[in-house]
Amino acid sequence: MSRLRSLLFWRPGSPARLALARLRARSRPVTTPTARFFGGHQSLSVIVGMSIVTAILPFIILLPPFNGFGSQTDFVDGFAWAGVWVLLAIGLNVVVGLAGLLDLGYAAFFAIGAYTYAYGASPFSHNHIPFWPMLLVGAAVAAIFGLLLGAPTLRLRGDYLAIVTLGFGEIVPVVFNNSDQYTNGTNGITALYQPSLPIYGNFGFGDPVPYYVTVAVIIAIAMMLLYRLQDSRLGRAWMAVREDELAAASMGINTVTTKLLAFAIGASTSGLAGVYLSSRLAIVSPPQFSFTVSFTVLAMVVLGGMGNIWGVAAGAFVVYEIQSQGLKQLNQFVSGLGVPPIHLGPINFDLTAINFINYQYLLYGLALVGMMLLRPEGLFPSRRRKAELHDIEDAAAGNQELVEP
Amino acid sequence: MDAGILTYQALNGLTIGAMYALIALGYTMVYGIIELINFAHGDVFMVGTFVTLWLLTTLGVQGTINNPVLLVILLVVMFAFSMTIMGLVGVLIERFAYRPLRRAPRLAPLITAIGVSFILQNVIQATYSTAPFNTPQVIDPQAGVSFTMPTFNVGGFAVTSSNVFLPYVHVFIIVLAIAMIVALQVFVHRTRLGRAMRSTAIDRDAAQLMGVDINTTIALTFFIGSALAGAAGVAWCLNYGNTKFDIGFQAGLKSFTAAVLGGIGNTTGAALGGFLIAFVEVFSSQLGYARWSEAIVFSILILVLVFKPTGILGQQLAERA
Repeated sequence: MSRLRSLLFWRPGSPARLALARLRARSRPVTTPTARFFGGHQSLSVIVGMSIVTAILPFIILLPPFNGFGSQTDFVDGFAWAGVWVLLAIGLNVVVGLAGLLDLGYAAFFAIGAYTYAYGASPFSHNHIPFWPMLLVGAAVAAIFGLLLGAPTLRLRGDYLAIVTLGFGEIVPVVFNNSDQYTNGTNGITALYQPSLPIYGNFGFGDPVPYYVTVAVIIAIAMMLLYRLQDSRLGRAWMAVREDELAAASMGINTVTTKLLAFAIGASTSGLAGVYLSSRLAIVSPPQFSFTVSFTVLAMVVLGGMGNIWGVAAGAFVVYEIQSQGLKQLNQFVSGLGVPPIHLGPINFDLTAINFINYQYLLYGLALVGMMLLRPEGLFPSRRRKAELHDIEDAAAGNQELVEP
Repeated sequence: MDAGILTYQALNGLTIGAMYALIALGYTMVYGIIELINFAHGDVFMVGTFVTLWLLTTLGVQGTINNPVLLVILLVVMFAFSMTIMGLVGVLIERFAYRPLRRAPRLAPLITAIGVSFILQNVIQATYSTAPFNTPQVIDPQAGVSFTMPTFNVGGFAVTSSNVFLPYVHVFIIVLAIAMIVALQVFVHRTRLGRAMRSTAIDRDAAQLMGVDINTTIALTFFIGSALAGAAGVAWCLNYGNTKFDIGFQAGLKSFTAAVLGGIGNTTGAALGGFLIAFVEVFSSQLGYARWSEAIVFSILILVLVFKPTGILGQQLAERA
C-alpha cells in the first residue's frame, strides 16, 4: 500500500524515489532525449509536451492546406473526439504493449465506464453526481470489472486470453442491450448531464473548447501516471513478464498479480474514456461498444508502436484524424484530379467513384498485417520493444540456419 | 411436454451444429499444428458463402432445381468450387500472413490474423455491399417428410406430439457434414499425409528431421481446414438462403467455442463441440432466451477455458491432428 501511495504521490525523498534513484545509478534508465532534456523524468515533458500540442493544434489548422477543410470549431471538435481514442490507446498500451497480453474485449470496459456515468448523472437513474468525481468512479468500476474478468482468466495462455476477452467484449453489450429495466435496452440512456465547472458553468453542446481542454488535461494526467508506472518496479515486472514469463516467475515476480494489475490499469483508463465520451455525447447505447472499437484501438496501438506511450498517443491521433478527416479529403482530392474512368474490356476502373471511407477497415487490416510483417515495433517504436522483437528475429534466423540444411 | 417440438428443435440443432462442426474443424486443425487461433477462419467461411452466391449467379441459377440429376451435378459443382477456392485462399493467407511470422512472438501472428479477418470482410463489403444478399436455395426448402412422434401418458406425465416437418435439405447437410468429418478422421489417422500432420503437430522440429516437409504439411492443413469452411459456406446458403458480409464473426466465434469445448486440437472434439453449441443455442431460444443465446454461448466459452481448458476430449491432446 505504501508503495502504491509513494507511486501516486511522488514526494521528493520518498522511499520509492530514493530506491529508483539508486536503481538508476546502477542501470541505464530507459529515457528519451526529451526526458533527459527535462531532467530525468517524463512528467515535466508530458506537461510541457501536452501543453504545447494542446495550444498549437487549434491554430495549425488555420494554416493552409488545413484551412480549406473546415472551420476551426469543427477541427477542435474533432480533436476533442480524437482525445477519447488517445485515452483508449494509451490504456490498451499498458495491456498489449507493456504486459504483452492481447485484450480483444477492450471496448467492454469503455462501455462499463460510459454506463457508470449514465447511472451517476442522468434523468433515467434520478442521480446527478458531478462529472469530476464520476471520472474516478468510472475508472474504479472499470478496474473492478477488469479484476473480475482477469482473476480467473489470466492464468490462461496468451491466445486463450485473447479469445476470453473477445467473448467478454461480446457479452457486455448484449447484457446492456437486454437488461431493459436497468439500461433502457436498445434505446440506451439519454440526456446525460453535462460536466460543469464552478466559475465556467455548464459545458453545453455548442462549444467544443471546454471538452477539448478537459480531455487534454485527462490525457496529460493519465500519461504522467502511466509513465510513473512504466518506470516503476511494476512497470519493469510487466516488461519482464512480456519478454519471458517463465524467467520472470523464477526471478520472483508474481506473474498473475502483475498481469492482473496491467489489466485493471488498462481497464480503468478505458473507463475514464467511457465517462468522458458519455458526458460528451449525452447518450449511451450498446452498439457504440462493438468489436470494431476494440479492433480500432488495437490498430492504433500497433501502428503507434506498442510500449511507447507518446507513440501510441500519436498513433491514435493520426489514425482518428485519417479516419474522420483524411479519407473524406482524399475523396475530394481524387475526384478533383479528374482522372477519366478506364474501360478496358471487362475492366472498368473509375478512380473518382471510389469512396475511400468504405475502405477504412480494409486499410486498418492491411496496416496491421503490414506492420507485423515489416515493422512490428510500430511507427514510433519503444526502444526496448524494438530490441526485443529484433532479438527474436535474429535468434529465429540463427535457428533456421541450424535446422535447415 | 411436446415431443414433436423437441424433435424438431433437435434436428434443427443438428443442422446448425453440422455447420459449426465443419468450421470448428478448421480452427482445431490449425491450432493443433501451429498453435495459432486463426481469427480469419470465420471470415473464410463467410467468403465461402459469397463464392457460392457468385457461382450460382454466374450459372444463372435462380431458385429451386427440381430435376434430380441436374441437382446432384449442381451440388457437386457448388461444393467442389467453394471448397477449392476457399482452400486456396486459406493457403494464400498462411503463405503471406502467417508463415513469415512462424518464429515471431506469439502476439504477432494473432494480430495479423485479426488484420486478415478485417481485410476479408472489407473485400466482400467493397465488391458486394453491407446489405444482406439472398442466395438461391437449390434444394427446395419446402420438400421434406412429415411425421409425428409417439405419444404416451405415464402417471399424469403426458407427452404429446405436434407434427414434425423435416426438410430434405437438413438431412442432406447433416449427412454430408458427418461424411466429411469421418473422411477427415480417416485421412488424418490412416494416410501418410495425415501422419505427417500429426507428427508436425506433436513436434515440428523432430518431424522435420524425420523428413516431413513442414511447409507443405502446414499449407495442406490450411487447405483442408479452409475447404471445410467453404463447405460450411455452401451448407449455410442451402439452409438459410441468405448471407451478409459480417456473418463470419459470430459464426467463427461460436465455432471456436465449439472447438474449445470439444478440446482444441482434437478433431473429434471439434465435431462434438459444434453439435453441443448448436443444441445450447437452439434450446435456449426454445426456452425463450433467444436474446441471450449469444451471451450463453460465450459464457460457456469463458467457463470452459477457466475450469477445463483442455475441453471435453482434451486428454487426447497428445494425439491431436
